[in-house]
Amino acid sequence: METLISIKPLLAVLVSAIAAVLVMLSYKQPNLREGWSIGAGVIKFLIVISMTPAVLSGVVIQYTVFKILPGVELAFKVDGIGLLFATTSSFLWIITTVYSMGYMRTLEEHAQTRYYTCFAIALSSAMGVAFAGNLFTLFFFYEILSLCTLPLVIHNEAAKDWDAGRKYLLYLVGASSSILLGAIILTYTLTGSLEFSKAGMFAGLTATTFSGMEISTLLTVMYFMFLYGFAKAGLMPMHNWLPSAMVAPTPVSALLHAVAVVKVGAFCIVRLVTDVFGISLMQDLSLGDYTAIIASITILASSAYALTQDNLKMRLAYSTVSQLSYIVLGVSLLTVSGITGGIIHIVNHAFTKITLFFCAGSIYVAAHKTNISEMSGIARKMPWTIAAFTIGSLSIIGVPLFAGFITKWNLAIGTIETKSWMLLAVILTSSLLNVAYFAPVVYKAVFGTPPADGHEGISEAPKKVVIPLLITAVGTVVLGIFPDHFLNLIKVSIL
Amino acid sequence: MIHESNLLSLLIILPLLGAVMIGFMPRNDDWGRRITLAFTLLVFAISLPLWYLFDTSSHEMQFVTRVPWIPAFNINYAVGVDGISVLLVLLTTLIAPMCVLCSWKAIDSRVKEYMIAILVMEAMLIGVFVALDLFLFFVFWEAELIPMFLIIGVWGGQRRVYAALKFFLYTMLGSLPMLVAVLALYFTGGETFDIQTLSQGTYSETFQFWVFWAFFLAFAIKVPMFPFHTWLPDAHVEAPTAGSVMLASVMLKLGTYGFLRFSLPITPDASQAFASVVVILSLIAIIWGSYMALVQTDLKKLVAYSSVGHMGFVTLGIFVFNTQGIEGAILQMINHGITTGALFLMVGMIYERTHSRLISDCGGLRMTVPIYVTLMAIFSFASFGLPGTNAFVGEFLVMVGTFKSSILAGAIALGGVVLTVAYMLWMLQRLVWGENTRKDDVVVTDMNSREIATLLPLLVLVFWIGFHPQPFLDRMRASVAHLVSEMSSVRDARHIEGLNDATLPQILERRPPHAAMANTVAVNRTFADSCRALPCQISNRDRNQTL
Repeated sequence: METLISIKPLLAVLVSAIAAVLVMLSYKQPNLREGWSIGAGVIKFLIVISMTPAVLSGVVIQYTVFKILPGVELAFKVDGIGLLFATTSSFLWIITTVYSMGYMRTLEEHAQTRYYTCFAIALSSAMGVAFAGNLFTLFFFYEILSLCTLPLVIHNEAAKDWDAGRKYLLYLVGASSSILLGAIILTYTLTGSLEFSKAGMFAGLTATTFSGMEISTLLTVMYFMFLYGFAKAGLMPMHNWLPSAMVAPTPVSALLHAVAVVKVGAFCIVRLVTDVFGISLMQDLSLGDYTAIIASITILASSAYALTQDNLKMRLAYSTVSQLSYIVLGVSLLTVSGITGGIIHIVNHAFTKITLFFCAGSIYVAAHKTNISEMSGIARKMPWTIAAFTIGSLSIIGVPLFAGFITKWNLAIGTIETKSWMLLAVILTSSLLNVAYFAPVVYKAVFGTPPADGHEGISEAPKKVVIPLLITAVGTVVLGIFPDHFLNLIKVSIL
Repeated sequence: MIHESNLLSLLIILPLLGAVMIGFMPRNDDWGRRITLAFTLLVFAISLPLWYLFDTSSHEMQFVTRVPWIPAFNINYAVGVDGISVLLVLLTTLIAPMCVLCSWKAIDSRVKEYMIAILVMEAMLIGVFVALDLFLFFVFWEAELIPMFLIIGVWGGQRRVYAALKFFLYTMLGSLPMLVAVLALYFTGGETFDIQTLSQGTYSETFQFWVFWAFFLAFAIKVPMFPFHTWLPDAHVEAPTAGSVMLASVMLKLGTYGFLRFSLPITPDASQAFASVVVILSLIAIIWGSYMALVQTDLKKLVAYSSVGHMGFVTLGIFVFNTQGIEGAILQMINHGITTGALFLMVGMIYERTHSRLISDCGGLRMTVPIYVTLMAIFSFASFGLPGTNAFVGEFLVMVGTFKSSILAGAIALGGVVLTVAYMLWMLQRLVWGENTRKDDVVVTDMNSREIATLLPLLVLVFWIGFHPQPFLDRMRASVAHLVSEMSSVRDARHIEGLNDATLPQILERRPPHAAMANTVAVNRTFADSCRALPCQISNRDRNQTL
């Protein structure tokens, strides 16, 4: 495979880190401050898409920043999957910044400088994970992401926010600095390198035992250490931090807990399967099967949880847990269709879920309502928001012409190819559950009887809130109709 | 121009000269501080050639000076550095000016005596690291106690006398068996105190057993390893900031340095045999120290207990006997000096403002003091080993070394890593966001330029080692490789049947020839000579009679 040395991936990471400093310095001028965020977002997006032609032609872009130890480097490597994730998150950052301006200013939130600063650092880290060329770089940005999103989760600083923050750290940093770090160190101990490899990092391993342990047993244990070490992916039982993190302001839930943070987790699991263990080792150790079972349980159980939630953001959070496992389920099938379906869901779910969260935030800004039961008939007052919510719901359910359909189609083909009928049943059942937890929300908002006051004084949210959610809703449809661009990116990197 | 070989002696003499100068000067606090600072900075400047001129390809002692001292007992004034000690000397010369700077305002009584103590302590600590003569080493090892005892006992907090005595008694307790071991080595090793000659000798297993444990007690108390660690929190809490910094950054390293310089080379068989004991004690120290740090409400105690945990990683790395483990351990010694030193400095700064070490009295700083909070966060992250900081590289190497030796030990050590993350983040949370219970008249101001200047070098080192540790690892590489090959040749020899009954020449034949031997510094007797002087087999009983 052709490689190209270019500083672009580093620049894409640094842009928002520099923006973070500028944001901090201009705390007295809110317009300038948000200007930096939007400016950095646009520059970042342009840098990212400027790498697209090269990557689509099969070139891998590399850049080494520091050589730390032999085999341990801070190095970037841009391939199709990384570019797909980076494109999605950098684009959605621009949209979210606009949305944040509307949301935070309307609600007159405190500590907005801290908010925008942490947001910018979070985006740098997400970009770093997307472009990570080895496990060290991935871990480096993964840890920073956990730490810099904590101030966003505890934004309101009430007692329950602190509880959520503690849980957040306990799950994410607890898992990463114990089992994930352990797995990384064991990998280095076994192979002497942390470099990703399509053939699998353990392909060159000749020893059959290590420290009195069968290598195959050790590798299996290490795989699960990785799988649960990436707690950001929210595989059960490591999912509980995500619903708790919903105490954060809605734009945080939208971009970070539906796109950047959780997708970093899912993305890491994709890398784990394709670039750390490699498909053939996964098959030899039947790791795909175990993973598929865990993912299936997560999909069904959290969909069931979602059904029971009346708080709209909580319902979305459980839905996110379930949808993340689609990505994991897809790659665990170990076939081209399955992996494609899993990876494309990073984009599809990002656009879809951010729309849904934006809608929840919009309802909160305009009507100060958080529970589904209070939203009867609200569509008459907030038609645009509910329309976008409907589009998002249809996409999650997997209706053709919407983004989610592309995912489910590929996943279903993957299960048929591998003759995993149980998994096919899981996907179909979960679609039914998706209908069950989203249809009532839409139904209630559109056809429900308004309360006695008839939602007096409520009108559509400010433009800065509504326009972003309409853009992402349109994006959801566009991705459903023209999925080729991202499918090609996946194709160049997994074939 | 100073000749290379006089460099190390100059590092010892200059601070002493400074101490004498201040001693004879009329009492003037300001000038006392300035002159001390000037001397410590001069010493640091003079120590820099150690970094640039150090030959990284050699495991030999460098910058060697050797002058007969007491010829009757074959005692020499011999100093030199190799890859194991060179970084520690540099760390000492770097930390000393910081100790002066951080005492600028904090110490306002008996400034003259205080500054003398700091300078004497610096000289003695450098002396311990560079001594190549066991007798000289022991002199420095004991002498360094006195200024530290005074700094804690005179300028310390409320329970300073208790803490100083406890510190003194513990350390003396360790020194006595070491003195016996030093003498035993002198007589058994052919009446020489030369550390290199002694390291190349081969001793019977029983002799090694006694010497190993005698040294172990001294070093383990100094590190301090579990269960000898209880003096440390008291000493740290009562000591003035400079005392804590010197203690944590440099003095604790004497113990781990001792393991590398004496235990491993001189008693390799015993080190191998009892490695599992030391590893288990290290693991307990890691878990217990971190756990104790978690429950502290006193900032200084928290950092003190964190030292117990961090030093556990160092001893763990040393006693897994492989390249990564030992390189990681040495790097971690430096890292701990940097980050824990910085944390003590920062705790001292907040104490100067609030006059309390309780987290609750210092809490809720928020962004009123942005520079302080930012630096505190960076050094706390460095302390728990966030990737990109110095401790990550050190801990990573130690963990790789440990996993190579035992998966179980590695897994337990990882538990310590998680605890470290937990107590550091929790401390930060309480400090930055916690309830503000300060009295109304306490105003916390941000760091002034003197304080920033004190911390800046440490900040640079955190990221330098974090992203580019190669220059540091290069300097220790040859020495570590030599040490590891010595240890593994012992391990191979142990596998040979009937080793215990083998005569010395037989064992020697099985060990690879020492490359070092050929051109070892000019000692009167060669290695072979000294071997011939040895009884071929020393039984336990014989040795006891000798003693």
